[in-house]
Amino acid sequence: MMWDLLIVGAGPAGITAAIYAARKRLHTVVVSRDIGGQAAASWDVENYTGYQMITGPELAAKFKEHLEKFGLPVHEGETVMRVATDGSGFLVQTERGEYRARTVIVASGRTPRRLGVPGEEEFRNRGVTWCATCDGPLFAGQRVAVVGGGNAGFDAALQLLKIASSVTVIDVAERLRADPVMVEKARAGGAELLFPATVKRIIGDQFVTGIEVVTADGLRTLPVEGVFVEIGSTAVSDFVEKAARNAAGELLVNPRCETDVPGLFAAGDVTDVFSKQIVVACGEGAKAAIAAAEYVGRLS
Amino acid sequence: MAHSVIVYGTASCPYCIRLKQFLAAKNVPYTLKEVDRDRTAFAEMKARSGQLSVPVVDIDGTLLVGFDPAALTRALGLE
Repeated sequence: MMWDLLIVGAGPAGITAAIYAARKRLHTVVVSRDIGGQAAASWDVENYTGYQMITGPELAAKFKEHLEKFGLPVHEGETVMRVATDGSGFLVQTERGEYRARTVIVASGRTPRRLGVPGEEEFRNRGVTWCATCDGPLFAGQRVAVVGGGNAGFDAALQLLKIASSVTVIDVAERLRADPVMVEKARAGGAELLFPATVKRIIGDQFVTGIEVVTADGLRTLPVEGVFVEIGSTAVSDFVEKAARNAAGELLVNPRCETDVPGLFAAGDVTDVFSKQIVVACGEGAKAAIAAAEYVGRLS
Repeated sequence: MAHSVIVYGTASCPYCIRLKQFLAAKNVPYTLKEVDRDRTAFAEMKARSGQLSVPVVDIDGTLLVGFDPAALTRALGLE
């Protein structure tokens, strides 16, 4: 079967693209590991137009409900392994099978960046975590370190200060990137700020027992039970065989969400578009679907 | 076949909420153990899974960590 459009990903960009594609009557399928993407893992969303405050899971549920109204096939729980050109269209391979499509919109989003130090993978989910909102409550009364001095790191630190016995924020930079208001709050709340400091290793037995950091004073071992890694995210684009990308792995798109491969579009956080926001991703998804519909129109 | 499903989660965890929404959408009944409020349940989860991360879901005695729709679909025989 040849689809007019295959959308990879069902976060804000992918779902909005699907809604627009359905209204354009494109023969469309959505293939995604999950529904809602990173937005579904957000806690309080206070800047999505129309909602003064909505949680990420609630917003994702609203998106899903809207998408379901159109009856498009949505293959949830299926991971795309490869997108390659195939004659005049595309071959999309997943862990379960293959699809052929005239056009593809890549809206696969981003994934949390790893520290890349010994112990990080070994103690994954055994003290090392990338989601303070999820796992923070498990560290009540424990000592924790947050790696990352941006807003996400301080957001995690402020959440953890309410429950942990001690919170140390570690950052590699000379100056913290977080908004000063957040840094002041964390300091006032009793957080220790350690920067510039480089994480060397995470240590433990069955669970994490400490983190080794190198500061100007030399090697220090902080005894902690939890390590929260908040050092940004990387674009999930490695499965796209062709298409130009920048040094960060983001797919390069023009204002019509076109990549440099004809018929291959991209939208949202996986692209080099300015500002990774839910509302921006939705707009980009809409643009990509409109541009893809025009492309399909030109083919037929 | 009805499955025995236990969800270990916290109230604030977005992936726990997604997991519960997923099970509800598939009409799969489950027992919820809130490990941030129930220290016994937390100790049970930690001992059984060796994990310090939520959600953990027990399907007929097999433990899955995290919200993974593909793995849940397979484990529940929903394919």
